[in-house]
Amino acid sequence: MPESLTRAIRWDTVVGALLIVVLLLSFGFVDGFGNALNLSFLIGNTLPIALIALPMTLLVVSGEIDLSVASTAGLSGAVMGALWNQGMTIETIIPLCLLLGVVCGLINGLLVTKLGLPSLAVTIGTLAAYRGIAQIVLGSDAVTDFPSQYLDFAAGRIGDTFIPYAFLPFLVLLAIAVVALHATPFGRSVFAIGASEEAARFAGIRVKRQKLILFTVTGLMASLTGVFWALHYASARYDNATGLELSVVAAVLLGGIDFDGGKGTLGGAIAGVFLLGALQNVMSLQDVSAQSQIVVTGVLLVLSVLGPRVARQISVARAGRRAASTPTS
Amino acid sequence: MTHPSDTGPAPVVALKGISKSFGAVRALRDVSLELFPGEVHALAGENGAGKSTLIKTLAGVHRPDAGHVLLDGEPVVFHGPGDARDAGIAVIYQEPTLFPDLSIAENIFMGRQPRRALGRIDHKATHAATLALMQRLGVELDPDRPARGLSIADQQIVEIAKALSFDARVLIMDEPTAALTGSEVARLFGVVRTLQEQGAAVLFISHRLEEIFQICRRVTTLRDGAWIASELLDGMTEDDLVRRMVGRDLDELYPKQDVRPGEVALSVRRLTREGVFTDVSFEVRRGEIVGLAGLVGAGRTEVARAVFGIDRWDGGEVSVDGRKLTNGAPSTAMAAGLALVPEDRRAQGLVMDMSIERNIGLTGLRTTVKAGLMDRGAERSRSLDWAVKLQVKYARIADTVSTLSGGNQQKVVLAKWLATQPKVLIVDEPTRGIDVGTKSEVHRLLSQLAADGVAVLMISSDLPEVLGMADRVLVMHEGRLTAEIPRSDATEETVMAAATGRAAA
Repeated sequence: MPESLTRAIRWDTVVGALLIVVLLLSFGFVDGFGNALNLSFLIGNTLPIALIALPMTLLVVSGEIDLSVASTAGLSGAVMGALWNQGMTIETIIPLCLLLGVVCGLINGLLVTKLGLPSLAVTIGTLAAYRGIAQIVLGSDAVTDFPSQYLDFAAGRIGDTFIPYAFLPFLVLLAIAVVALHATPFGRSVFAIGASEEAARFAGIRVKRQKLILFTVTGLMASLTGVFWALHYASARYDNATGLELSVVAAVLLGGIDFDGGKGTLGGAIAGVFLLGALQNVMSLQDVSAQSQIVVTGVLLVLSVLGPRVARQISVARAGRRAASTPTS
Repeated sequence: MTHPSDTGPAPVVALKGISKSFGAVRALRDVSLELFPGEVHALAGENGAGKSTLIKTLAGVHRPDAGHVLLDGEPVVFHGPGDARDAGIAVIYQEPTLFPDLSIAENIFMGRQPRRALGRIDHKATHAATLALMQRLGVELDPDRPARGLSIADQQIVEIAKALSFDARVLIMDEPTAALTGSEVARLFGVVRTLQEQGAAVLFISHRLEEIFQICRRVTTLRDGAWIASELLDGMTEDDLVRRMVGRDLDELYPKQDVRPGEVALSVRRLTREGVFTDVSFEVRRGEIVGLAGLVGAGRTEVARAVFGIDRWDGGEVSVDGRKLTNGAPSTAMAAGLALVPEDRRAQGLVMDMSIERNIGLTGLRTTVKAGLMDRGAERSRSLDWAVKLQVKYARIADTVSTLSGGNQQKVVLAKWLATQPKVLIVDEPTRGIDVGTKSEVHRLLSQLAADGVAVLMISSDLPEVLGMADRVLVMHEGRLTAEIPRSDATEETVMAAATGRAAA
């Protein structure tokens, strides 16, 4: 069997195709979907998921996970609001918020690598803790009066096109992430760690250091998302981005990143993110309630764990038949 | 070559003209085999000769495309492993899979424990039944002990007991001795002889030829899926058997070249890891192959792990070419020119889901790099180079290593480490579970490396291998280095004496 055929059923390709199908169907059948303004909303509302999905993809490939990302985003938004109320300039506040994200990620990473705790448990704990701190910092206030040029950048689009301003820096970050995962020695080691941590260690890969880097970068990106969120929606509240981790994890797994680590591509993950974003957009246009949208996201999460496994089994069966028809010894 | 007709009783189980294909691969072609009660029968052949397929056919996992399985002379069709088990055929695999948190007794009677009123499990009866099985085998194991922490040897005994509890009349033992030490092998053979006396038929597979001669009466040889011979071992030599298996005369199994040792390359001084090994000091010079012998659990692997930096040491120091290594840092050990081919190639040596190319490439993440990015061309040619040099048999370099045979997987591990062009190579059980042809290739390779000036430290439980390959033999016993024996004085007796702590040589 030609290699192209077994490649064709790789899950990330399936998701890419699915994304195109959903977009085409939406263009054709959903009122109000195809205009530039709605598309810019779609992209803008999906960017928070996409931003966090970049480091989350690397983290899940390495066999770990960070569920505290939405709380880190909320905390950094809350701190942003509180410092703004204190009269600090936004140019000082944003770097401080990013630094806070680094600290949040570092705490997760140290708990996982130094104490050897499972990241699922650690980050459920910090999910609650970081959100709690956010509430202590800002209470029930909503800070909305950020400088207008920042708000315009975070919410606006380029002329009458469908492209939000913020999409451009995202593309740069995406390119960096793709190169980091798929073209650097670091990325190679991330795949090796996820596929077999022990074998990676025996190959001289500094497993703990790599994981610490991944958690720290994830914290950084989560806080960047928190800053973006507060500006995009012109509202810094302690409960910003609540539940965003569900969307991020669902999208990443939907994109074919194996929950057990070691497998997946960033292209697939990003296709998964925008597939989820497009579905959420369509549901909003159809007046599907937010609660029902969460149900759909949850169902997608389950399907996305299932789908790649089925696809892989089919491809393994095919590869098995192929191997059986080309004797090697 | 004829089928034997020197027997009184009828065979318990027989295969007649079995053929089995997977796609275009003909795994078995017209193979026949008879197992008689009370006989231990060897199944010999290189990796890929069809031994596994034959076992799986007997065990009901595969259904033959042609031919019959005869049970007590009657043709039967096994629809699954359950049918074969009910017919009294049991397979003991190399690495048993017990439930670690259940006791020995619970493992044996899993799902069919004796019951008391209200369906409660009768622990007393389970305990007693297990004890009876152990007595039948002549082994002392506490039925209430959890399976976790049992040695592989003990786990096999539990599997055998479990087979007996199913009234197995035919035991198929697939490389049971691969992971056992000398004394454990002796105990296992004791059990096998007991079973034999009780009338069981045993099909025994091992890559260690001397074991086949030690325990078996007859041998059936397969080569490339075809039946070659079934014959009495009496009067045969190891060379005869190897010739049947490989179809030609094999070059010498231990092609050790004489090399004049050079500078000290690896120096280990008073290395201690508390509770594991104590005060271990030795040197390996360029051009030397130093054997590290001892019983399993003596601390050999642990010393290798600490030297390479996988585990931290509590005291002492390690240097390569005079450069001290950092404690617990494999990456600095690698940079200093140290390589470790670990004991467990599937878990430690290879990332099983990764391609051959990427696995070899893993040790080159610092070298096959251009401007911070992977240099894929360099990575591929480095991997191809070494895969070819070591004659790894593969279809495509991008195939996952899990598709390779054990011997070829081991060659990939060796390729991965030789690609770093190490000054010091530590190999831990380099030929465990690989066929005799590949084994001699590995030995020739180690000998050549030493001749090229690499310092080789070889940990092995295979005594003939240690004696055949090593310039010097270090022996460990209970975490201490108990002897250093020059090649001229090294014999099975002197090494075993030091390994069991009976004498300081």
